[in-house]
Formats: sequence, structure tokens, C-alpha cells
Amino acid sequence: MIEIESIRPVLALLCPLTAAFLILASRNHPNIRESWTMIASVMQFLVVLSMLLIVKDLEGGVITYSIFNMLPGVDLAFKVDAFGLLFAITSASLWILVSSYSIGYMRSLHEHAQTRYYFCFAFAILGAEGVAMSANLLTMFIFYEILTVATYPLVAHDQTEEALFAGRKYLAYLLTSGVFFLAASLITYSLVGTTDFRNGGILTIDAASRSALMVLFVLFLLGFMKSAWMPFHSWLPTAMAAPTPVSALLHAVAVVKAGVFGIVRIVCYIYGVDLMSQLGLGILLASIASFTMITASLFAIAQDNLKRRLAYSTISQLSYILFGVALLKPMGVTGAMLHIPFHGFMKITLFLCAGSIMVASGKKNISELAGIGRIMPFTMFAFTVGAIGMAGAPPACGFVSKWFLCMGTLEAENLALLAVILISSLLDVVYFFPIIYIAFFGKPKEAELTNGGKREIKEASPFMVIPLTITAIFSMVFCVPNPISNVIITLAKLAVSGLGGV
Amino acid sequence: MLLVEQFPVLIVTTGVFAGYTILIAGLVNRKSCAYIFLSVVFSHLIMSLFILHHVLTVGTIHYWLGGWRPPWGIEYVVDALNAYILVIVLFLSLMAGLYAKRYEEHKLEERKHVTYFTLFQLLVAGLCGVVVTGDVFNMYVLSEIVALTAYALIASPGGRTLKASYNYLVMGSVGICFYLLGIGFLYSVTGTLNMADMRILLPPLYQNRLVFVAYALILVGFSIKMALIPLHTWLPDAHAFAPSEISAMLSGIIIEVYTYAFIRISFSVFTVDFLRLLPIFDIISWIAAIAIIYGSVLAIAQINLKRMLAYSSVSQMGYIMLGVGLSISTRSALWGGLTPALMHILNHALMKGCLFLVAGAFIYKFNAWNITDLRGLGRKMPWTCGAFVLAAISMIGVPPSVGFVTKVYLIFAFVEAGNFIFMAILLLSALLNLVYFWRVIEILYMRPGGEEGHSEHHAEHAAPGKSEEIPLFMLIPVVTLASLCMIMGIVWLTEIPIVGAIPILDNVNKLFGLGAYTP
Repeated sequence: MIEIESIRPVLALLCPLTAAFLILASRNHPNIRESWTMIASVMQFLVVLSMLLIVKDLEGGVITYSIFNMLPGVDLAFKVDAFGLLFAITSASLWILVSSYSIGYMRSLHEHAQTRYYFCFAFAILGAEGVAMSANLLTMFIFYEILTVATYPLVAHDQTEEALFAGRKYLAYLLTSGVFFLAASLITYSLVGTTDFRNGGILTIDAASRSALMVLFVLFLLGFMKSAWMPFHSWLPTAMAAPTPVSALLHAVAVVKAGVFGIVRIVCYIYGVDLMSQLGLGILLASIASFTMITASLFAIAQDNLKRRLAYSTISQLSYILFGVALLKPMGVTGAMLHIPFHGFMKITLFLCAGSIMVASGKKNISELAGIGRIMPFTMFAFTVGAIGMAGAPPACGFVSKWFLCMGTLEAENLALLAVILISSLLDVVYFFPIIYIAFFGKPKEAELTNGGKREIKEASPFMVIPLTITAIFSMVFCVPNPISNVIITLAKLAVSGLGGV
Repeated sequence: MLLVEQFPVLIVTTGVFAGYTILIAGLVNRKSCAYIFLSVVFSHLIMSLFILHHVLTVGTIHYWLGGWRPPWGIEYVVDALNAYILVIVLFLSLMAGLYAKRYEEHKLEERKHVTYFTLFQLLVAGLCGVVVTGDVFNMYVLSEIVALTAYALIASPGGRTLKASYNYLVMGSVGICFYLLGIGFLYSVTGTLNMADMRILLPPLYQNRLVFVAYALILVGFSIKMALIPLHTWLPDAHAFAPSEISAMLSGIIIEVYTYAFIRISFSVFTVDFLRLLPIFDIISWIAAIAIIYGSVLAIAQINLKRMLAYSSVSQMGYIMLGVGLSISTRSALWGGLTPALMHILNHALMKGCLFLVAGAFIYKFNAWNITDLRGLGRKMPWTCGAFVLAAISMIGVPPSVGFVTKVYLIFAFVEAGNFIFMAILLLSALLNLVYFWRVIEILYMRPGGEEGHSEHHAEHAAPGKSEEIPLFMLIPVVTLASLCMIMGIVWLTEIPIVGAIPILDNVNKLFGLGAYTP
């Protein structure tokens, strides 16, 4: 395996870090402040893209960079492999779009404390990118905690009782989970003397007793409550009190994906698929994931608040990723890895639509959306694309990842799991279809159309509509064979081919 | 004899003399007191750094007072352990002194300034003395200097502090009497007061009842002084009502100096072999574990910010004592022996020092004692509150802060000792820390400011408000300590693996035959 030492990972992290302090320094000049965010996001994207182009041609090679040694055998180090890049490129590219969207959103609503908002946002991105590129558990832990702490002010941004409660709940869940993560990492270190992510895993069956390894795995699962598996999911719907761009980027992409990303890392790079199947932990993870997929979908049906419905949908979709990994088969893992960027793009589209509906009309509930599709055609069109993708139908990219997942269940020769996917997809249709139906075909009441007579509802500001249209278009682009989707699928295949056992 | 070998005694003697110089100079010019204090402490800090360097490169410093050979004369012995503690003592004193200048100008009547700085100087000199001495009776004398000056300093604002100070006086005197009794017993069986001498004479007497009793008495005495549960009752009041920089000293270093004294007696006078005879250190570990939880839970119940911090100190002392308790059962070069405990002594000094100084800043500016009074100060005092956040997340243990490093090393020690209950307790305590510190952070930043009311004023708050920051002299120590919370964390993380363990701590373990040097 080729390892290239390059400082690019550090550069990618320096972009948001520098931006954060520049934002703080220019707090009295909103235009300059926002341009730092935009510049940093574009620069970061370019750096990550350059790494992507390198790794794509390396046939399983990685970019590494080590800053300093923390413990014998554990550096504060970055290792950018194909899988890490999938996550890194997703959050880097979406940061650009969400930054633009944030500007529109925050300004239209005349939000307070915008400097704090952009400052913390940059730090959160730093955390997410750090998680994506870290080379071992301890480095990942450091960025994981930075992500948690930096997101708190964003969740509690509104400073209302509800938002403060959401913030507290958020911290209580996620810092608790951080504690489990830390404990599990340190135990791993004391068992095998390293915490590096390696293809095929670092733990072996004789590193400790079977039950100890199983307990350790449960500790790791608890450590990744960010992936919102049930029953540790309830922070996510509560955290929807945050401004919509935050919900969009952090709760559809950065935070929750950091959680599932971590679990995939644990399964494939710490335990390794062979050990997982020897210990029977695949079944455990698959059952947790199946339970979450179905239950969260049922919960979603019951929600009237659009963002909450999307939140439950996220919980369900995240478990698709866990589900795919739990199959421990190449197709399943590929599907899981693909679902990280694909779900990111689709879900962010949906959230951005929800936000722009709210900004343009002040509506938060699905039952009030009657006829909105005719007034905000771009937004609702994008929403439809996202919703179709969630249900796993072409022409949106959800189809591709679900296809791989289904193939994975067949590979694992487990029809019960196939049934789970199909049922869950059906439920996805059940809770998304009514929204689209109401939006396009529902008969609006006169008062609702004019927003209580205050002002005419029209399409939201271009700052907001353009990003969401772009994400919707990309959601479709990924579905058809073309250079961009090829790169992503190549990356996933590269990552899976290195896993050995599968 | 090299000049640097005279530094330990110079620090103590010039310190005491400086106390009186301040008193006399104060008669002429009141303003000079603070400057004399600061320059003396600063020069001592420089000296202590030289001592540290010398100890690490050349070896232990022995200084015989008056040229009398031990065991007849008093001996000052400085090895890696006390050189390290000495630097912390003087650094924190310097920070507290800088802060005290403006704080006391504002808070204390002018006529008290002279005596205030005199006492402060004597306190620092006494602390240095306790740290550098190699004689058990001399340690008693100097602890009395520390204690007496501390009583007076706590009581200096008058009013309700008198009761707190009186409590401390009674408890502290009882504690030091226990210690005196203990060394009396030891003297009666060995006939010496010199630590090194006792260490040679004691081993044949290890089965002697009197020696056990003596150790028990010393343990109890120091437990009171370092506020180990259940002997901590004097601490919350004393730490809460003292002037803030004195609180910072009390929590940040004074109770740790007694921990040092306990470590010194346990390992330099007694030996690891003695400590293994009875499960003393196991019991200490469990008591410390209880202290961790108890302190944190009570901290959650407090409304007064400084009382909350004081209870948090009770819990943090638990961390240190847990590290001490495990020191004889771990063998790793990295986290074995006293390393986690000593690390946390410095870490706690930085974090708690900073937190108390910030709490003082709130009192200085807004007379805000209670957590609920702090609404919206995050905007008014951006630097101070930023420092608070850094120190608070260090306490919670968010990487890469100092608190995180302690947590990691303690957990390693627990895993090595195979004790997962302690691990659970430690992690639980991190969450409890989260509860009480986050409550404050939330009020500082997330609750719209005090009297103007809320929601409709959001827009005004969004505009960068007038800064009501504390004076620069107070801000410098606050910000220095807060940034050190992060910088030291990174230093710990980067330094340790390079040399196996940080050379100072490694030296200490070597000295006592702990950790990797366990025979």
C-alpha cells in the first residue's frame, strides 16, 4: 500500500480554523465576516478535492501526516483513505452551499449573535473534517469532542427555553457518549497497544476474552450516540430547535455522519469484518439498525412538524448505513459507504427546503403546506427529488445505495434483512408522499396563502434557493453514470477492496 | 557550593524578610507594597526555575542550615518532586499577586493594604518553606506560618468571612496537631527529625505499633489540611468567602501543598514497603473515589459560584488522591507511579486558579456572587468569560485541555490496576462536572442580559455592546492561566511519549521506586 506524506490534511483543517478567528476579528463588518466563511469553505473544498484526485489514482494508497506523538504507538495523526475522503468531500462541498444558504437565512430573519454562529459553524466543520481524516481513535476522539462542543451554541442559538433545553439534552447525550468512546478507545489501546485504523482491524480474537470484546463493542456503540441509533436517538429530534442551516448541515451531515462514520471505522478498521462475524456482532448491529429503521419511520409518520419528520427520517436513514456495514459483505459495506454522501446530499436538500419554506412563509407544519408547491416551485421541486431519493427510487441517488444494500442482503443470504429494507423503504414513501401531495395538490385556504394577510408568499431569496437547487441536481447526477458519480463509486469500491476479509 | 544550591534557602529567607520589608515600606508608601511583593515573587520564580533545571541535570540539592550536619541541623532537600511543586507554588502566587493588586485596591480598605501584602508574602514564603524542607519538624513550623497567614487573609474582608476563617482555624489547628503528634511518636522511636535519617532508621521498626499509629495520625492530619472527605467541612466556606485570589491560592495550591507533604512523608520518610504492609493506599483510593462523586454532587447543588468551585475542589482533590492511591500498584513507565497525581496537581492549579480569579472578576465588576446574577455577562466581559469557558471545559475534560490529559492517564492507571469501578466513577464525574459548569456557561452566554429583560432586546444584544472588562492587571493572570490550560494539555500530550514520561515526573518515580522503577 502506498503512503504519501503530505501536509494537505492539516491545510484542510487550517481553513476553518483560520476562518473562525478571522470571523471573530471582523465581527463588526458583516460582509467581510461572511466572505471569510465563503472563502474558507471554497479553499477547504479545493484542498479536499486535491487529496481526492491523489487518492483515487493510488489504488488503495493513503495520504498520511503525523503531527506529534501522544502515547507510544499513538500519534496525533491524519490518514486520508478512500473512505475518509467520502465523508470529507461530502462535508466540505456541503459547507460551501450551506454557508451561502446561512447568509440568506440569517439575514432574512435578522438573527442575533451571527458572529458566534459563524464562528461555531467553522469549528464544527473543523471537527467533522478532523473526524473524517483522523488516523486513529484518539485523534478521532479529539475532533469528535470539538465537534460536540462547537455545535452546542448552534443548537441553543435561539436562546429560548426550548432551544436551551435542546442544547442541554444535546450535550448530555453526546458528551456522555464521548465518555464511552474515550473509555473504549483507551481499553482498546491497553489491549493491543495501538488505536490505528487498519484495513482488516487491529483487534484479534485472542486479544481478550470473547465477552470482553463484545462488551467493548457495546461501549463503542454507546460512544457513537451521534449516529442516533434507537433508543439513544431522542437528542436529534429535540435538536431541531436549531436554525435550519444548522439542522441541515450538522444534523443531516456533519454530526450524525460523524457518528455513523465512526461506527463504520470501528467495524471495518478496528474489529475487522472477520472478527465481527466470529463474535456474532454483525447480527447485533444489524438488529439494532433494523429496529431503528422501522421504528423511526413509524415515528416519522406521526410528526406534523416538517423538521421533526425529517429528523426521524434521518434517524431511520442513518441506520441504513449501520445496516449495510452490519451485513459484513462487500456489497453491503459499499452501499453503506455510498449512503454517507448520497444521504447527505438528499437530506440537506430536504432540510434546506424546509428552511426556505419557513423563511418565505413562516410555516413549520406539514398540514399548513397546502398549495405551496405552486408558489415556491423550485423549492418544492427540489423537495420532491430529495423525497424520491429517500424512498430509494430513481432518478435520485438513494436508489444506488439502496440497490447495493439489497444486493448485500442477498450476498449475506438473509431474506429477513432484505424484507426489513423493503418495508422501511415503503414506510419512507408513506411519510414523504403526503407532503408532496399536499404541497402540489392540496387546496390552500385564502388566509394561509397570504400568510395571515401580512405579506405575499413568494420564493425565498436566491442565496437560499440556489444552494438547494444545486443539491437537488447533484442528488440526481449521482444516480446516472457520469464522471462525478464514478469518482464516488470508485472511492467506495477502493475502500471496500482494501478491507480484506469481506 | 554552587549558587543555585543556595537558592532553596534564599527563597524562604528572603521571602520572610520581604514580608517585613513590605510592612516597613508600607509605612512610607502604601503603593509600593504590591510592587515589592510582585518583584520578590517574580525573582523567586526565576530562582525556582534554576533549581528545577539544576535538580534535573545535576541532582538533588542538599543544604544544611547554618552548616550543621544533619541529623542535628535542619536540612533543606530539593529533589525533582519539590522543585516541581515549588515552581507551581511561585507561578500561581505571581498570578494571584498580579490580580490582587487591582482587586484589593477596589475591595479592601486602604489601611489594610500593607498588612494584606505582608501576610500574602509570608504565606508564599511559608508555602515555599513547606515544600523545600527536609525536616519533619521544620515542616510543622512552616505549615503553621502558612496556616496563620491564611486564616488572616481569609478573614481580611471582614463580615461573614470571620466565621469561615474561624472554622478553618479550628479544623486546621486540629489537623496540624495530629501531624505534630505523629512526628512526636516517630521521634520517640527513632530519635531524629530528619527525613532521610528517619528513612534509614525506620525499616526495622515497621512492625512497631507506634509507627503505625504515627502514620495514621499524620494521614488524618494531612487529610484535614487537604480537605479529603469526610474532613473537608472547613473548605467550602473558607474558599468561598476569602478574597478571590486567596481562594485561587487556597484551592489551586495550598491544599495541594499538603498533598505534597503527604506524598513526601509517605514515600521519603516511610517507604513503599511500609505502605504495602497494610491496605492503606487502597482505602485512600476508595475515599478519594467517594470524594470525587460527593464533591461534584454538592457542587451541583450550589447557587454561589465560588462555593460551587470550592466543592469542585473537593472533588478534584479526589482525583489527585486517587492518583496517589494507585501509585503503588501501577508499573507503567508512562502512567505508573505518581505521574497522574502530580500531573493533576499542576493541572488543577491552572484550572481552579483561573476559575476562582474569574469568579472574583464577576464580584469585582458587578458584585455578582450567585450563578443567577451572571446573566448575559458573556457579552459584557468577553475575555474573562472566554477564559472561564476554557477553564471550565478543561475541568470537564474536553481535549486537548489539561483535564483531558489527566483523565486519560488516570484511566490508563485504572485499566492497569484492573479497577473498572474507578473508571466508571471518573467518567461519571466528568459528566457531573459538565452539569455544573455548563449551567454557568449557559447563563453567561445563552441567557439574555440581566435587568433589560429579554427576547425583544435580542437585536441590541447582537450589536457589540460596551465592553465592561476588568482592568488589564487582573485580565493578564486570568487569560494566562486559561490559555495555559490548553497549552499545557498539548505540552503534556507531546512531551510525554518522547522521553518515556516527562523527565520531572519520571525522576520522582525513580526517586521513590514507583511505576517503572518498582523493584
